[in-house]
Amino acid sequence: MNEIVEAFITAVRLIITLDPEVVDITLLTLRISLSALLIGALLFIPLGSLIHFHEFRGKRGLINLIQTLYALPTVVIGLLVFLLLSRSGPLGFLGLFFTPTGMVLGQVLLIAPILIGLTISALSGVGKSIRDTIVSLGATEWQAMVANLKEARFAILAAVTSGFGRAISEVGAALMIGGNIRGYTRVLTTAIALETSMGNVELSLALGIILLSLALIVNILLNRIQER
Amino acid sequence: MIELKRLYKRYGEKDVLKNINLTIEKGEVFTIIGPTGVGKTTLLRLIDLLETPTSGKIYFDGVSVGANVSARKRLEIRRRMAMLFQKPALFKTSVFDNITYGLKFRGEVKESIEEKVNRALEIVGLVDYAERKASTLSGGEAQRVALARAIVTEPEVLLLDEPTANLDPRSVERIEELFARIKQEYKTTIIMATHDMLQGQRLADRIGVLTNGELAQIGKPKEIFYSPNNEAIARFVGVENIIPSVIESNEGGLAIVDVFGAKVTAVSNFKEGEAVLVCLRPEDVILSREKLKSSIRNVLSVKIRKIMPIGPLVRVTMENSLVALITKQATDDLELKEGDEIYATFKATSVHVVR
Repeated sequence: MNEIVEAFITAVRLIITLDPEVVDITLLTLRISLSALLIGALLFIPLGSLIHFHEFRGKRGLINLIQTLYALPTVVIGLLVFLLLSRSGPLGFLGLFFTPTGMVLGQVLLIAPILIGLTISALSGVGKSIRDTIVSLGATEWQAMVANLKEARFAILAAVTSGFGRAISEVGAALMIGGNIRGYTRVLTTAIALETSMGNVELSLALGIILLSLALIVNILLNRIQER
Repeated sequence: MIELKRLYKRYGEKDVLKNINLTIEKGEVFTIIGPTGVGKTTLLRLIDLLETPTSGKIYFDGVSVGANVSARKRLEIRRRMAMLFQKPALFKTSVFDNITYGLKFRGEVKESIEEKVNRALEIVGLVDYAERKASTLSGGEAQRVALARAIVTEPEVLLLDEPTANLDPRSVERIEELFARIKQEYKTTIIMATHDMLQGQRLADRIGVLTNGELAQIGKPKEIFYSPNNEAIARFVGVENIIPSVIESNEGGLAIVDVFGAKVTAVSNFKEGEAVLVCLRPEDVILSREKLKSSIRNVLSVKIRKIMPIGPLVRVTMENSLVALITKQATDDLELKEGDEIYATFKATSVHVVR
């Protein structure tokens, strides 16, 4: 028990004193996950809207598939991107393996189902009367899509938050694609895994606290926006 | 302005609208009345081009806007109209922003939007509400915002779907005043669906009665209320006395029918021997203690079975099933009681004979 308390105190000290390694890892983590989130949101919210607003054969099946992929194991994404980016893979010439950019790519793929699926759910939550009102007010198809997204903005925001949570907390893909290279591709989750296995529980604990705090901050921000 | 020709709308196996033929003139207030669930909303949605008819044609200023017309053209026509729905659906934003949507869709510039929205807010009397969140409004206020949102684009045609169905009487009055003002100021063509026949009567230039998906009668309010075409319409517009009978004789348009246990004179062109329904509005029946000496043709000696107050009025049912609607004051003055023998009098022109 004493050990845990001691570790906890050390962890807090590492955070308060802005230990350079802790700060570096945190910033890199944020940079990778936020980049993945931004790219993902720009790609997949419109894609989700397109799926929602168009009727086509197999739509129901596609949505089922997307929802199933919410639970896509991160190591499977890691494997997939590994096959793509490794030196002998089809995209090997890009030299993205073991780079932060490669990790961003992995996270973008990882959060794609969540962003697409939750965008569709969010838009389904907009009432028929609002949809009719938008059309009746003279919206073009594009304007109607934007107006619907605006109406569903809180649910969309929740989708984005979920995506961020999944991106920042995953370890499998980050480890397989990034390789956990110190000072280059080491992020909070991969560092926690490594440091714990090496017995540096204090550092792991500090990184864990930071990871939780980031989630907390994002949630607080989201609630603030919804209350406005 | 708007012409509907042989319009049908089918959902699955059910014909919601059947053979609708209707021409609506520019600047006219046309009311579609009928019980709930007869297709009034569907008819308005077809006119607003939110849905396409199963068959038949819709023309705007003589131009067909059927399903074969491009989405762009339909949008162009739709932008000349506005629709107010039964339950106002407001966007999750401020009152002001709610009213800007239609203008933004049409690509208006900021200054023009501001000016028009403020004017619309003024018309509906909600200037002080501009910055309020739409979700904090009462039902009546919300419907006024929806109305402002609809008229801000200065539509040529305003479609109203049961616009006051969920509102309190004071709000209903206010909204109705606004409709009258919009009609007068903008010469807007207004098409309104309502199940409230009195509202239809108050506001309309012409009324169409929709029963079971068919336009059973189109005419001026007076025609509909006093000369309903058939039993369903008669019942809907509040004719309580509807008695099946046979024409006994008809001389020069004055028919004699045997109803209420007496020979009653009616103005009608139906011939001797034809089976008909005799309609008489209860408010057209005069009750008296003495036999009236007047020009009125029908005077019946009757016995009161039941007296039932309805607000300021009293519904008096006789032993022969004749129903009269008189004021509370009149009931007191005549000291009417159940079982009393009295006289019921009504004009031959008040009796409407339908098939």
